Amino acid sequence: MRSGFWRAFARNKGGVIGLVFLALIVLLALSADLLFPASPWDMTTIPFQPPLSEDALLGSDTLGRDIASGIAHGARVSLLIGLTSTAVAVLIGVLLGAVAGFYGGRVDDAVMRFTELFQTIPNFVLAVVLVAIFTPSLASIVLAIAIVSWPPLARLARGEFMSLRTREFVQAAVTTGQSNLTIIWRQILPNSLSPIIVSASLMVATAILLESSLSFLGLGDPNLMSWGYMVGAARTVIRQAWWMSFFPGVAILLTVLALNLVGEGLNDALNPKLARKGRA
Amino acid sequence: MTADINMDAPLLDVRNLTIDLPPGADRRHAVEGVTFALEQGEILCVVGESGSGKSMTAHAVMGLLPKAVKVSAGSIRHHGTDVLSLPERDQRRLRGGRIAMIFQEPMTALNPLMRVGDQIDEVLRYHTNLDRAARRARVVELLASVGLPEPEHLRRSYPFRLSGGQRQRVMIAMALAVEPDVLIADEPTTALDVTTQKQILELIREVQAKRRMGVMFITHDFGVVAEIAHRVAVMQHGRIVEMGPAAEVLNRPQHPYTRQLIAAVPHLIEHREDFTRERTPILTAEAVSKTFHLGGGLFRPGRTVVAGHDISLTIHKGETVGLVGESGSGKSTLGRSIVGLIKPDAGRILFEGVDLLSLSRPAFRPYRRHVQMVFQDPYASLNPRHTVGDIITQGPVAFGEDRRKALDRARTLLDLVGLDRSAVDRFPHEFSGGQRQRISIARALALEPKLLVADEPVSALDVSVQAQVLDLLEDLRYRLNLSMLFITHDLRVAAQVCDTIAVMQKGRIVEIGPAREVFGNPRHAYTRQLLDAIPGKAWTLPADVLPTSRRGHPARTGT
Repeated sequence: MRSGFWRAFARNKGGVIGLVFLALIVLLALSADLLFPASPWDMTTIPFQPPLSEDALLGSDTLGRDIASGIAHGARVSLLIGLTSTAVAVLIGVLLGAVAGFYGGRVDDAVMRFTELFQTIPNFVLAVVLVAIFTPSLASIVLAIAIVSWPPLARLARGEFMSLRTREFVQAAVTTGQSNLTIIWRQILPNSLSPIIVSASLMVATAILLESSLSFLGLGDPNLMSWGYMVGAARTVIRQAWWMSFFPGVAILLTVLALNLVGEGLNDALNPKLARKGRA
Repeated sequence: MTADINMDAPLLDVRNLTIDLPPGADRRHAVEGVTFALEQGEILCVVGESGSGKSMTAHAVMGLLPKAVKVSAGSIRHHGTDVLSLPERDQRRLRGGRIAMIFQEPMTALNPLMRVGDQIDEVLRYHTNLDRAARRARVVELLASVGLPEPEHLRRSYPFRLSGGQRQRVMIAMALAVEPDVLIADEPTTALDVTTQKQILELIREVQAKRRMGVMFITHDFGVVAEIAHRVAVMQHGRIVEMGPAAEVLNRPQHPYTRQLIAAVPHLIEHREDFTRERTPILTAEAVSKTFHLGGGLFRPGRTVVAGHDISLTIHKGETVGLVGESGSGKSTLGRSIVGLIKPDAGRILFEGVDLLSLSRPAFRPYRRHVQMVFQDPYASLNPRHTVGDIITQGPVAFGEDRRKALDRARTLLDLVGLDRSAVDRFPHEFSGGQRQRISIARALALEPKLLVADEPVSALDVSVQAQVLDLLEDLRYRLNLSMLFITHDLRVAAQVCDTIAVMQKGRIVEIGPAREVFGNPRHAYTRQLLDAIPGKAWTLPADVLPTSRRGHPARTGT
């Protein structure tokens, strides 16, 4: 089972490349303190140093902060926010979707109308409003991103639960006297996990983009260095010092790309019937 | 056609056909050294179980083989022309032009987004030079020729508006559109009800005789063979093991495999003795009614389907009651109501005197263990992510039994249903359809039920496996003194295992009585119609292939 999964995943070259790159970013985030022991906010060199300078590999920004250090420390923030906000979104989405799909009828109606309420408000605007109200901090940003991203997951989980609920093995579980909770948790959830994992992996990428956009607008956590903040802070001098916004921008691009590749690879490996068609 | 047509050569001549499977498949060749000829005006039935290569052979003729599968040797000649050596363009003209095919599933063989008339018109457009008006006239004529009512109107219908039988008729009309001389029919009646099956078989025989077509008819059902075949080829593991005139193969089968297949055909002749009932029934259904409301929403009304109307029925201890009827007759609805998967609108279902329908969910729960269900689809009814041990013990554990003790019992149960004890640690996908159905039965028995509701438990299985599972159920029923509600669309199966038969039509029980009575002396017109539609009813199984008696036999082990 396990080894079969890896073999299927490895068949998608893009997925493997994405995974390797993601591993490098995680490594960078973990070793940020070793590579750049100083705070990324500290002034370490002369402002406006171009890349490949003596004491700043990727140059320095308007206040003489090391951009390489900012990227390494920013990787932590991006990954942390991407992962935790996705986890929270998955929790909310799957819980509501499972309840709606399993019980159906009125419960389903109620939950889905509630979901649609969130879907009618533009994601980013809602996130901005939420962060502005709760004052920017790590927790409020994570929460805001989670709140705007759970509806698609709820719909997905609902669809899976609805179709699995009528399957014979679930009906067999009902007739053998298993409780609803057992049925949801042990019979249906494991079978509906693949598409949820796939879309969650793609959602991490969206979450990182959202966080960057928020920081770009100055709504990031003021104590944390983040890629979006770096791009935002450098935008006024983009014509004089391209590197200040270029490198964090590339970091965002590559991370999001890697996550998308991994998501696609997971999709191929977990839903082999959908992916293999017309390829082999 | 570019190649010469040799009218003296057989219509379709398949020689030494070998089709390779991709590496890693469970055998090297899908089809190996298959040789047969189809003459004009002949119906050749190719019989075999799933995986025997019968469909592969047909698909090779039609050029429908999957990419990974290749014809590695042999030839397919149509009037002497080697089909496989023709250029792609000529092959295409031959198919659809001279060789036509109809498929098993009329639901998926038609394009759901195109009107049926346009689909036939498309065939005419590719293969003839008729102008629009002529084509339209031809479409109407074709639809009329396959016995469809109001062809002028039906032409403009979408496939979803037609019933399964009507769709199959449209498929046949489409196949006949260009006057083919070979018709390949791949299990064309398997997805249909018996009465519809009878009509379609009659239609195929009729058009075949009228046009002197050669028909290659693929089926797994010897009843159907007895109904229409002139010649029979029996396939096993990709080879033809026996071939000959229908009367010869059906009545004097030579090859052991043919004999085994024929012996496994469920048969009407064997009526069991009448069942003697104890005084109080274990289950009584009284005036159960259920209407489904389909579609519709907040602002528009939906369609209603009456799945049960005033159904009454009793099951006594040790009795097997058969519920037979065509699809949509409401037989599953009753079964599901009894196990509590569906709540009927009205009526009472008394289990040992307690009305199950009046109970609340928690109050109903203790009764669940007494009434268990075996499902139809052995692939969908087992959770693919759980081990067999888990699947069997989940019920007892839910009722508070110790897991270790339940697992011990699961091993004993696997023994009982004829599987190896080591199966507890394996996953469902490692088992064949018949073995999975045994697991499903073991799961139902784990709760030591008094009543077993079996909803089409063998209809997804091959005949020989079907016979084994039926034997197992029969054996268990005597050993454990089980009562059973046996739901099936196949009257032959019902005749073989049921003491009492209830015939359902459109949500009502139209006739109920001892099996011998219902089959021997049917009262209701619908019962007679059903009995009349059984394929191969005129054919009596040759006596020497039959096991002496089914009753009291130990279950055949292994699948």
